[in-house]
Amino acid sequence: MKGALMHVNSRGRRARGGSAAAVAVAITMATLLAACGGDDGDSGSADGPITLTVDVFGQFGYEELYKQYEASHPNVKIVERGTGSNLDEYSPKLTQWLAAGKGAGDVVAIEEGLLVEYKANPGNFVNLLDHDAAGLKGNFMEWKWNQGLTADGKQLVGLGTDVGGMAMCYRKDLFEKAGLPTERDAVSKLWPTWQEYIKVGEQFKAKNTGAAFLDAATNTFNTIVLQYAGTGGGFHYYDTSNTLVVDSNPVVKQAWDTTMDIIDSGLSGKYQAWSDDWVAAFKQAKFATIACPAWMTGVIEGNAGAGATGKWDIATVPGNGGNWGGSFLAVPKQSKHQAEAVELAKFLTSPQGQIGAFKAKGPLPSSPQALDDPAITGATSAYFSGAPTGQIFGTGAKSLKPVYMGPKNQAVRTEVENAVRTVELGQRSPTDGWADAVNNAKKAADK
Amino acid sequence: MATSLDIRTEPGTPVTHRRPGSPRRLRLSRLDVKYSPYLYIAPFFLLFAVFGAYPLVYTFWVSLHEWDLLAQDHPFVGLSNYSALMSDTDFWNSVYNTLGIFVISTVPQLLLALWLANLLNRQLRARTFFRMGVLIPNITSTAAVAIVFGQLFSRDFGLINWVLGGVGIGPIDWNASKLGSWIAISTMVDWRWTGYNALIFLAAMQAIPRDLYESAAIDGARPSRQFWSITVPLLRPTIIFCVIISTIGGLQLFTEPLLFNSGTNPIRGGSLRESQTMTMYMFENAFAPNYNFGYGAAVAWMLFALIVVVAIVNVLIIRRGARSS
Repeated sequence: MKGALMHVNSRGRRARGGSAAAVAVAITMATLLAACGGDDGDSGSADGPITLTVDVFGQFGYEELYKQYEASHPNVKIVERGTGSNLDEYSPKLTQWLAAGKGAGDVVAIEEGLLVEYKANPGNFVNLLDHDAAGLKGNFMEWKWNQGLTADGKQLVGLGTDVGGMAMCYRKDLFEKAGLPTERDAVSKLWPTWQEYIKVGEQFKAKNTGAAFLDAATNTFNTIVLQYAGTGGGFHYYDTSNTLVVDSNPVVKQAWDTTMDIIDSGLSGKYQAWSDDWVAAFKQAKFATIACPAWMTGVIEGNAGAGATGKWDIATVPGNGGNWGGSFLAVPKQSKHQAEAVELAKFLTSPQGQIGAFKAKGPLPSSPQALDDPAITGATSAYFSGAPTGQIFGTGAKSLKPVYMGPKNQAVRTEVENAVRTVELGQRSPTDGWADAVNNAKKAADK
Repeated sequence: MATSLDIRTEPGTPVTHRRPGSPRRLRLSRLDVKYSPYLYIAPFFLLFAVFGAYPLVYTFWVSLHEWDLLAQDHPFVGLSNYSALMSDTDFWNSVYNTLGIFVISTVPQLLLALWLANLLNRQLRARTFFRMGVLIPNITSTAAVAIVFGQLFSRDFGLINWVLGGVGIGPIDWNASKLGSWIAISTMVDWRWTGYNALIFLAAMQAIPRDLYESAAIDGARPSRQFWSITVPLLRPTIIFCVIISTIGGLQLFTEPLLFNSGTNPIRGGSLRESQTMTMYMFENAFAPNYNFGYGAAVAWMLFALIVVVAIVNVLIIRRGARSS
């Protein structure tokens, strides 16, 4: 509706003399020049105090670590941007900053599913191997370290932060209402496999608690496909030579079929994941279980609010482990303080740094040393009824089997999940939905 | 613009008459007469060149390349982005959505605005209060409107489904059907812009001479007949103006449908792209998740072409209207 406003302005032309317009231009130009010149303010001299900007999304839990780092490095001041923002908002911004050669922080967080896209143009990032990072390899699970490397292994783009070890979070009050066990070990025993999970769901549904069994089939699908891929060939949408294999990889179809069974049994609340309705459904206890990577615990706490303290608990995930998500820290080449930024990234991703982040917001360390630390193994969560989160997520973490992510992973995943969504909403039959998933994924991969 | 230029040249001429002996002043004055008008209109053209023409041309240049936003090389591919676009069903779906939302928002909006203006044109108590009141929705921020209406139209927790449930109509998933989402988005657009158009109509109505109505009344025409035979025909230029403005706004619709689709990847406008407009499709391709700047630029140019086509249709209608009246 910008056009309407423009026209009002041009209609008012008789009232506006040339000098007023000239003043307007002068002001506009002055503002523009000021804006263009403004971003050099933090450059500082080599020995003077410098400001390092860290760009993140969601909750990385770094506040305390910044304070420690600033205390030991008096010439460094740290500013974090993007805390609590959605990955969908964050990653386009990061891409634009990188494309523009200006605007990105000195340290930027990159999510696993998007890392491949960024790695495809490694010139945008500092090679951490040039900054003596090679010796840190032992601090990370091997696959996490390798994910940060480019295909030729010559450049290290990012240092790993967390991994998304998998569990199943559930609401005890709703389970009690449905006459199901509420104690976490007993609940874990209910669903060794996804088929048994569906059976529990059917029992739950028969009791008419007014809540659905799970939040959204898309979230469950992503959990299942990552799990099947981890135990299968180690890849899902793309094989390791970057060929799109959505239609030929059996694990994708198996995960699809399992998800169709879930939809068929009417277990889903059909909330669009991450939408306002989805958030409201947490608050109003509209579903009983949700597939729960370690970082999801923070999301649940944020969405369900303090009023639900002690109502949630964490059981093991049906099937066999799995990993969803996890991030990396990278240093863009456009940073004016590359060496200092690399030092900070090393500190934040060190075992101690990862433990600090876990304590603050729950992201599960990708460092084996951190996972063995009593601070992790003994950690419990008061919000989740005192569940030993460190043990639940940590136990399986070291044996996690990574899933390879291809170049257009995010776009392809979006298409496949959307196809799940259309079936969930009854807009497509499972057969047509699958055809959509395959075709649209191919289209997205070609774009 | 012509009238204002004349006014500006006039003060200059007496000066030359008063001091015919100074050739330098004469020359300066001639320069003033000749060039200062350009200076006066320059600000607009400078701003237009920087923020209008340059982006337009550059966008076209980009659209001729395979332009991955992050890649270092951008190979030239000629018109292949455009030919891909021609056979892209998602693109045509977004065109269809844009035109669909445009029609079902603009038609009721202008009719409602006409009716409101007619009401406000009568003798009312607190007339200014009501006249200003209709404009209030227009000064609300689009994002706030979209968020509030998004909640009203929520499937499980929305007020509208709650009211409909009271009269026995099952919960409607407004996001998951083309018509449902179009109606919801049109409601937002109408809520903001009906009052604005009503005020423009009102201003035009007040310019219609009263004696036309008086003589019509003497001839026995009732108010409804007066409205359709006098008010509406005389409002024709204003109506056309409002149609053009609504066209430009409607074809660029972005914030309302984007915020209406909350959740993962709202830029798709629903799982089956039920309410994805052209600007959203442009954004989806140029930025996340595709980062294909060249293709996005091609969509932007197609949008430009569509607006040009619609504008030409508008001009033709105006010409025909002028001839027939």
